[in-house]
Order: sequence, then structure tokens, then C-alpha cells
Amino acid sequence: MMAAFILVCSVVLLLQFFVSYCRSLIAASAKQMLSPEVQDVTGISRAASGEDFARVIQLLRLCPDSPADRNSIQAIGAYFRLLNFLRSTLARMVPSMHAWTESERGHCAYFAAVALERRIAFSRGMLAQQMES
Amino acid sequence: MLGPYEYVIWLLCTILEAAVLVCAFKKNALRRYLFLNVYMAASVVVSIARFDILSHYGFTSNEYLYFYYYSDSLLTIALYFALASLYSHIFSELKAERVIRFGTLFLLCATSLFSYAVVQQSTSRLVTHFVLELSQNLYFVGLVLTYVLWAAILKMRETRTRLIQLVLSMGVYFSLFAANFAVQNLYHSTGSFFAMLTPLFGCFLPLSWCYAFMKLPEEARITPSRLAVVPR
Repeated sequence: MMAAFILVCSVVLLLQFFVSYCRSLIAASAKQMLSPEVQDVTGISRAASGEDFARVIQLLRLCPDSPADRNSIQAIGAYFRLLNFLRSTLARMVPSMHAWTESERGHCAYFAAVALERRIAFSRGMLAQQMES
Repeated sequence: MLGPYEYVIWLLCTILEAAVLVCAFKKNALRRYLFLNVYMAASVVVSIARFDILSHYGFTSNEYLYFYYYSDSLLTIALYFALASLYSHIFSELKAERVIRFGTLFLLCATSLFSYAVVQQSTSRLVTHFVLELSQNLYFVGLVLTYVLWAAILKMRETRTRLIQLVLSMGVYFSLFAANFAVQNLYHSTGSFFAMLTPLFGCFLPLSWCYAFMKLPEEARITPSRLAVVPR
């Protein structure tokens, strides 16, 4: 009985902390403007939608891997999957939750676009270093 | 016996723990977050000592078993004090250091007494059972305390991004382990799925702290109300 109570509490708090942690990762990128080049490539000008996420992730995979952002992208990927799960289950019954998941999915896509911009800059930096040497 | 997967995760976890110390040193956060770094340093030392004992006595030896559980309990207590130090950071302007110190010790004693009350029926290896029980209970107490701290952050409109991320990652870590212990107690034979996931949980905290120290400057600010699951 006690173990079941602890399990329920832990899972509920885990979800709370995980969502807040992912939002804190996303929040830093929300202030960053995308360059016109990345806007062209991703098709995201101002606000991103959740539908853009898969496409931006595919573009990210085309770029050389940067160790600096790999883990945060994985965390946001997990968060995006959690949002998709909520969208296809709970959000069908609660309209306000549907709007919330849509907005969060858009933020995830924007985060991925900012990461893409960083990776392009990282690749260019590496190329410039190779050219110099 | 430990397989290649467990060894790789163990090595990865130890490297990440050492990386936290390097990142904190590089970003001048070693002294500011002293207890967090002491915990990470202790984790690295314990990892190395565990490997040494494992290679000398073997995985099924009593020496390894005792060292594993006793060191785990000490590490949990160190993490508990690291959490208390985060309380000091959040309430630094209220000059509540003494209250926090007293509260931390009081809760630790209360948890120890509760753990003793649970295991006192055991006739054999009372201390070992106590150490194991204390570890498990401290994870849950830590989880509740992290939640209270998160509520205080929201209430007090704390804006330091790095501090907020350190607290949130600690919350995720405590809840992962508390849930894991609860599953183990509910289903005594945990399946291979959980057995594979458990070592990975240990990597989360050093990974997130590395990110917080390396990527977020101390001056970075955020609006915490935007992070809450229920917008305020």
C-alpha cells in the first residue's frame, strides 16, 4: 500500500518536474531570433507549429553532430513524444489541454530550429578551422 | 554479474560526474555550489572504490555487497545535504540559514528513526537493512523537499536560470529513483526492462548539471511562472 502510494506520487511529480525542466530548456531558445537562412530552410518565420518538428529534426540529422546540444535535443524529443501521447489521449477530452499541447509542440519545433542554427554555425566553424590548417 | 552494458553505463556515469566538477571549475561555480560539487566528487571516489573492490573480491562477494549499500547510503545523505544547500541559495535573502540547517538535520533524524522503526523486526543484519531502508526513504523525502522548493521558487518568483535548472533536474532524479524503489518493493522481481533502465537514471543528474554549469551563465534569468505545468 505504502509502496503504491510512493509510486503514484513519484510518477506524478516526475511528470511535473520533467515538463518544467524541458520548458526551462526551451525557454532559453524562445528569445533567440532565427536567421533568414534557417527560416527559409525550415519554413518557420515567427511561430512554429508542432508539425514542423519532425522536418526540423530530419534537417538536424543531416548536420554534423555537435556534442554540446545532443542531450538537450534528446530531452526535448522525449518531451515532444510525451506531448504527442497527451494529445492523442487526454487532450481529446479536454479542449484546453489540446491548445496547450499544440503550443508546447510548437515551442519544441522552435527549439529544434534554434539548435539547427547552432549546428550550422558549428559546422561552418569546423570547416573554417580545416581550411586554415 | 555485470555485463558490458552495465560497465559502459558505469564508466559513462563516472566520466559525467567528473565532467560536472570540470565544468563547475571552468565556470567559477565550484565554491558557489560547493555541496553539489562535493556530492559529485564523492560519487567519483565511490565509483572508483567500488570498481576496485569489485575487481578484487567479485560481484557476489560480501565485501562488494556491503560496500555498495553502505556507500550508496552515504551518497544519498550527501545528496540530501546538496539539496539543503539549494534551499540556502533560494532563501539567501531571508537569512534563513540556521532554520534550514536545523530543519535539514531534524528531517534526517526523523527519517532515520522511521527507517529504524521499519527494520527493527529484522533479526539478522539489522544495520544493513537499516542502511538500505534509510537510502530508499531519503529518496522520497528528497523528492518531497524538492517539490516544496520548486513551489517556493514559483511563489518567490526566483529568476536565476541555473539555480532553477539544478532544482528541476534534482526533482527529476529523486522522482526517478523513488519510483524505481517503489516498483522494486511492489514487484520484488523487477523485469529486464527496469533492470536495463536503472543504471541510466544515474546518468541524468551529472548530465543535466554539466549542461547547467557549462551552458547557462550565472547571470541568466528566466520567468519561473512560465515553466509551471499549470500556468500562473
